[in-house]
Amino acid sequence: MSEPLLKVRGLKIGATVYPPGEKPHDIDIVHGVDFDVQKGKVLGLIGESGAGKSTIGLASMAYGRGGVKITGGEVWVNGRDIMQSSIGDIRKLRGGEVTYVSQSAAASFNPAKKIIDQVVEAAVEQKKFSRKEAEDRARVLFEKLGLPDPQNIGDRFPHQVSGGQLQRCMTALALCPEPDLVVFDEPTTALDVTTQIDVLMAIKEAIRDTGVAALYITHDLAVVAQVSDDIMVLRHGNMVEYGPVDQIINHPQEEYTQALVSVRSIDHEEKAPNGDPVLSVRNITARYKGTQFDVLHNVNVDLYPGQTLAVVGESGSGKSTLARVITGLLPPREGEIEFAGRTLTPDLAGRSPEDLRELQMIYQMADVAMNPRQTVGTIIGRPLEFYFGMKGEEKRKRIIELLDEIELGEDFIDRYPAELSGGQKQRVCIARALAAKPKMIICDEVTSALDPLVADGILKLLLQLQKIEDVAFLFITHDLATVRAISDSIAVMYQGKVQRYGGKNQVLSPPFDDYTDLLLSSVPEMRLGWLEEVIANRKMESAGN
Amino acid sequence: MKNIPISAMIGLFFTALYFLAALFAPLIAPYGMAEVVGDVWETSRIEIMLGIAPDGVTEANYWLGTDNIGRDLLSRMIYGGRTTIFIATAATILSFTLGSVLGFFAAVAGGWVDQVLSRFVDLVMSIPTLIFALVVLSVMPVTVPVLILVMGLLDSTRVYRLARAVAVDIEVMDYVEAARLRGEKTAWIIFREILPNALSPLVAEMGLRFIFMVLFVSTLSFLGLGIQPPEADWGGIVKENKDGIVYGIPAALMPAFAIATLAISVNLVADWVLNRTTSLKGGRG
Repeated sequence: MSEPLLKVRGLKIGATVYPPGEKPHDIDIVHGVDFDVQKGKVLGLIGESGAGKSTIGLASMAYGRGGVKITGGEVWVNGRDIMQSSIGDIRKLRGGEVTYVSQSAAASFNPAKKIIDQVVEAAVEQKKFSRKEAEDRARVLFEKLGLPDPQNIGDRFPHQVSGGQLQRCMTALALCPEPDLVVFDEPTTALDVTTQIDVLMAIKEAIRDTGVAALYITHDLAVVAQVSDDIMVLRHGNMVEYGPVDQIINHPQEEYTQALVSVRSIDHEEKAPNGDPVLSVRNITARYKGTQFDVLHNVNVDLYPGQTLAVVGESGSGKSTLARVITGLLPPREGEIEFAGRTLTPDLAGRSPEDLRELQMIYQMADVAMNPRQTVGTIIGRPLEFYFGMKGEEKRKRIIELLDEIELGEDFIDRYPAELSGGQKQRVCIARALAAKPKMIICDEVTSALDPLVADGILKLLLQLQKIEDVAFLFITHDLATVRAISDSIAVMYQGKVQRYGGKNQVLSPPFDDYTDLLLSSVPEMRLGWLEEVIANRKMESAGN
Repeated sequence: MKNIPISAMIGLFFTALYFLAALFAPLIAPYGMAEVVGDVWETSRIEIMLGIAPDGVTEANYWLGTDNIGRDLLSRMIYGGRTTIFIATAATILSFTLGSVLGFFAAVAGGWVDQVLSRFVDLVMSIPTLIFALVVLSVMPVTVPVLILVMGLLDSTRVYRLARAVAVDIEVMDYVEAARLRGEKTAWIIFREILPNALSPLVAEMGLRFIFMVLFVSTLSFLGLGIQPPEADWGGIVKENKDGIVYGIPAALMPAFAIATLAISVNLVADWVLNRTTSLKGGRG
């Protein structure tokens, strides 16, 4: 085997932390990692947040972000140890030999400059190409990446193209200087599934055609399986498992990798509707104040006691707006909402305490859903005090019961939200909702901000609590795997309309309408060759038409 | 209290010194506030120690010398500080209570309540504060409560602006929405959800505002509309001794020095409080 393009040996990365009220001290983020990337190969780095994957990616450019320092080890690029290189040599390396694609293209492009100027900048700066050559090259790349109107798209400004297109422009930016290695840092995480698949395909083809090597960083094992040759699984800054894709996906050795591969293996049988619905949404049409555009058109859905209705759709499909209408934060223009046999007033102000108590909500971002200056005890205790007038020892006992139900111990009662992990925060929010003894809880993307394993735990907890408390969930999500795992009925939303609605098995089995078909086929599956199959199918279909 | 930075230590020390001096003025001051003890503008011990005393003067009886009618300047400075600090503190508390409660209320209520309050505040702010105060004080009897009321009310417009801006940001947080959905009253939302999270910028502003109050009351006294003689305050002392500057007598500079050191110390403390309460990890001091 020839000398690898990128060779990392014993890489150690540290940072200084400044906890409030304590002396600043150094911690290790990455504790000695070894790996190789051969020319033209793709290595997938995978792990949950805090695993150190982005940090390792940036270390291959000898860069530490925000106070992060590379404290030891060797990073060899093209046979040079860049940790020993002068700052001038490293500058030549960055943007020339090694380039970087970040997670949020929208935040990385300068909104005041045309796309083409930013795409060619590094190539011209590094004197790899003249301005003219670089622009020609950029147009070829635009075409290769499947961007519309490749000759002229570069003359647009970043806000004039869609999120998925901008992410592809960023890939063009990274490939323009003819680098030897590209670091992709979660390039599709912020995109909708139907957009993600296009970007993934574009990236994969570009890598194949240009023969560039790549580090592909993501938390989604199904995605990385489509584009990588090798995968390295990271956890808490340590390597867990490292091997070819086939081995990691099909024969994982380590327990942690096995857990990652088998995530979302919850089996949930659809329950038949029983009795009268707890919630009936009737002909709801809604728009935001001061706009001329209906965000929801004539929406009708029912939710039965103790069951889960999943509302699924891409961003902008109106699923969160539906939640706002149901809670009374956005009074609808037309239609009405029946809840537990009563017709709810459209506006929050007119609802009785009983209405408010029986309809609770859990939010996507648990960190902003809890007051950072209140302890867990206060957060969970307030609904008890507010709705049931509980005080003192009685309240404390109930709080501990609730903490027990969400699988947290009694000692959490005096902690502040800042002292909890992401999953723990979401659990506390669940306990707050349960404290009110609701008939129904609206869960707005409750697992999307969490790592897969943690999200899995939350879903299992929700299902278990549903059995105990007999509470109904209106589950808003964009993630079809989650929908499969927990729903009894499904409403697929697209552009403010309910596209498809019914029991889980009925919605998820053919024949599909076009949109549901697109949505279902875009969800990455954890097997090799899935991406190629989908693309081939779609090409055949469009050729057939 | 272990990790107090040196700057905050200095700030705390001098702020405490000034406030203690104000509190215990009658015990500390060597002479009475209005007691004439010597000649006009006698040289001070400090001038002699620094070697900047007029030629031929080698002995002095008073640490800061005497004022324009022969009263001990140190005693007047201590009593003056008492008046100035008391008025400034009371006015700051008034302006913060009123301004922040109204600001939070406007942010939470929104709609026309916000419009009416904000436009009224704009209206008051469009008139220069000092002129407004001069007009009001020229028709009202100048007593300490009136002074505090006028200064506090005028300054609360600025606090209102800040409090409203901060609260508008907090008001859109999910935890405030959660409280609304729970059916909480406006008072709960203001005092339990918003206030604890808005405290840091308000405390920082409080330090600054307190100093502006000290300057404001001094300005009023200097112009003759603040504290009336023979009562002492720092602005009044400058006014009484300003003619001495022409003859090289530094008595009028003493209050200026006091105001400057107090301003710096208070802000060092406010900075430290701000740093302690706004950490990245959820902001708990």
